[in-house]
Amino acid sequence: MPKLTLEDLKKLRDQKVAEMNQRDVENKQSQVIVGMGTCGIASGAKKTFDAFIDELAKENLTDVAVRQTGCMGLCHSEPTVEVVVPGMPRVIYGNVDCDTARKIVSEHLVGKRLVSDHVFDKPAADIIG
Amino acid sequence: MHPTVCDTLLDVVQNAFEAGATRVDLSVARTGNLLSCSVADNGRGMDEATKRRALDPFWTDGVKHPSRKVGLGLPFLREMTRSSGGSFSLTSEPGRGTTVAFSFDLSNVDAPSFGDAPGTFTALMTYPGDHVLSLSRGEDGASYSVTSAELAETLGDLSEAGNLALLREFFSSNEEALSPAPVAPFAQPLLT
Repeated sequence: MPKLTLEDLKKLRDQKVAEMNQRDVENKQSQVIVGMGTCGIASGAKKTFDAFIDELAKENLTDVAVRQTGCMGLCHSEPTVEVVVPGMPRVIYGNVDCDTARKIVSEHLVGKRLVSDHVFDKPAADIIG
Repeated sequence: MHPTVCDTLLDVVQNAFEAGATRVDLSVARTGNLLSCSVADNGRGMDEATKRRALDPFWTDGVKHPSRKVGLGLPFLREMTRSSGGSFSLTSEPGRGTTVAFSFDLSNVDAPSFGDAPGTFTALMTYPGDHVLSLSRGEDGASYSVTSAELAETLGDLSEAGNLALLREFFSSNEEALSPAPVAPFAQPLLT
């Protein structure tokens, strides 16, 4: 791969913007928030973060926001990811490895169905207590 | 402990963001077998007592989770350096900021692997908040540097998945240019 400069990056970005104008605006309000506290990092949250970026690009959902946050209080189930899609409940998923991340993209963000066996709703005992 | 140096960088740079820094300077440079890293922030800093406690794995400032009793980021890093003959220093001044500096001797059999630099820098450059992160990266004399402000100016919204993919490509290409892969003996055609 040739070394990209900031100018090259801008050109690539402009190309993408031109493609994006033809797409659905609903995705703009969807968010994937990955917990990247010490617990998340130790459990592989960065690979999860990478898998989301990769899979969203493959599905052409390039305007979904992918953000990071600290520990969400579910250290026992890291990596954790919160997914916000308009018209659906806000959901925190636990134990999101790369395969699960890809599944969340295809089922939740594309198919509008929850990935039920990874849904969590309660923080660890020392967070509530 | 974290498996790679890059995982540790993610953790320590986030500490800097959470300390209210508006400017964080990250430097990661390798010369020969010596990998030197430093994270300098202009955040709220720590007094001597807090600085000592920050290295205790069973202490945290209680800001994020008031009932929690562990804080593992810096203790993990210090143990990584201790167990592989590296160095670690923590300097801080209340109101002025904190600098975490550490190094690894890569010839030591226990030195951690470097990890995924493009993914790590992509995550760090797009961490939400009102701050500027400056990265200075070097490998045996070759180097590049970039700031989050430059990237935001170039790409716009750094949280969009499409921009994150582009950013990853940017860092992959720059990392590749730092240390070109050696030419395999049979990479050239044998017959011309």
